[in-house]
Amino acid sequence: MRTLFALCVAATTAFPAILNAETAPTAVSFTEYGEVLESLTGVPGNPEEGYKAAVSRGTGNCVACHTAEGWSKEQFPGDVGPDLTGVATRHEAAQLRGILVNAKHTFPETVMPAFYNVSDLYRLGDGYTGKAAKSLDVTVMTAQQIEDILALLLTFTEE
Amino acid sequence: MTFRAKKVAVLAVATSFAFGNTAVAEPDLDAVLVINDELEMVTMVDPPAHLEGALDKVISGWHFRDAATRKLETDDFENPAFIHVEQGLTAWETVEGSEGESCASCHGSIEESMKGLRAVLPKVTADGELWSMENYINDCRENRMGAEPWGWNTGPMRDMTAAIALQSRGMPVNVAIDGPAQPYWEQGKELYYKRHGLLDLSCASCHEENNGNYIRADHLSQGQINGFPVYRLKQSNMISLHNRFFGCVRDTRAESYERGGPEFRALELYVASRGNGLSVEAPSVRN
Ligand code: HEC
Ligand code: HEC
Repeated sequence: MRTLFALCVAATTAFPAILNAETAPTAVSFTEYGEVLESLTGVPGNPEEGYKAAVSRGTGNCVACHTAEGWSKEQFPGDVGPDLTGVATRHEAAQLRGILVNAKHTFPETVMPAFYNVSDLYRLGDGYTGKAAKSLDVTVMTAQQIEDILALLLTFTEE
Repeated sequence: MTFRAKKVAVLAVATSFAFGNTAVAEPDLDAVLVINDELEMVTMVDPPAHLEGALDKVISGWHFRDAATRKLETDDFENPAFIHVEQGLTAWETVEGSEGESCASCHGSIEESMKGLRAVLPKVTADGELWSMENYINDCRENRMGAEPWGWNTGPMRDMTAAIALQSRGMPVNVAIDGPAQPYWEQGKELYYKRHGLLDLSCASCHEENNGNYIRADHLSQGQINGFPVYRLKQSNMISLHNRFFGCVRDTRAESYERGGPEFRALELYVASRGNGLSVEAPSVRN
């Protein structure tokens, strides 16, 4: 059922992404370590845009689960995931991109949501309404937002 | 019970604590919940066998709230839920519908006839259906009183469930999960562990794997249901269990389930069983 859906999406180019030479969610390839080597957009990420996406509930909402010196002025960050201070000293860019696109390739069974993924999802809703999704080809973030947050994380070089 | 006199005080307390979301402490597991200086509650127990080691301890949501919120629950004069309990108690005595009956005219005193009920619901009826308290209430309204059923998540329904639940306060939750209940329990368990929505989270992702952690400002509890219906300071109102379920599923960016529908009743049975042994705490206070 899911495979069928993925095929449909590819065939009908439902993603504007494909037209813009962005990599569609179903076309992202991971290394065996969960890295994504290529930029999703070819456009360098903007860390300021990344910050906005990381702290707002409708997009990445990374602050819901992670503390980081880089967003220490945000109130009440959560602690479900590890502190991201200095994360760029622990992971290469390709690994971080992979974690952002779909962290399950790096950490199987993790509770961290996949931010650029349309596969293997159950009972999709329409945003935070509790109603049924109007469209199934929705990702939590755009390809460019992934690149933007990646650019932000790459500034987290504290020792 | 005489809650009437303190209504004004209760309202004042409710507003002054409405923004109490500033706790940073871990769950205070040494705290002891004693209600009205006399009724000591069991808020922590060893897990039932069917949990198969999924939790080390079963802990009431009370422990995860800040000290001010916890304190509100220790005194019925301060607990803002009691305005609603009182309304439920009034409705218990009120004749409604074509048959000229009230709850009291069939059941007599709520203290005697409803004692122990909250602790064993939901349960399977003689017809093999799994019923929550709301089903029983509406069955009486429609078929014995000739009155309109109440919506699952309406004020009068929440008030009545609070008044009835109170009659079991302090008794251990003890829902049956075997025999005719077993298929429902299995269904509820499957739902509990099934990841939902665009964020791909299950109940277990938050309440089993991460209780004690913070998700943004929210201190994650085990999602136990022994306190329901609860008074929620953030909403200044009673919150029904299925409304809580609805919100948690919605927050995974999933299509949620109908309040009162078969999925949430099965989930209610399963989640209740995870808390077997905890005291019925309803009506409790949460922030
Ligand atoms: C619902 C919780 C949740 C959200 C939301 C979340 N994460 Fe995570 N994240 C985790 C968890 C848990 C881990 C640890 C991996 C595991 O499961 O073992 C993790 C791990 C990571 C890691 C690896 C850290 C390390 O030190 O190895 C990075 C980087 C990361 N997350 C970045 C992000 C960013 C950026 C966002 C937002 C776009 C985000 N996370 C949103 C829960 C979350
Ligand atoms: C994205 C995280 C998340 C998921 C997934 C989630 N919840 Fe919750 N839940 C919360 C938060 C936050 C609260 C409020 C703090 C608390 O009491 O844990 C809460 C509260 C509750 C409560 C109230 C507990 C009390 O003592 O007042 C119950 C019951 C509950 N959840 C059950 C569930 C069930 C059942 C599911 C799955 C259908 C679920 N939750 C899924 C985050 C979540």
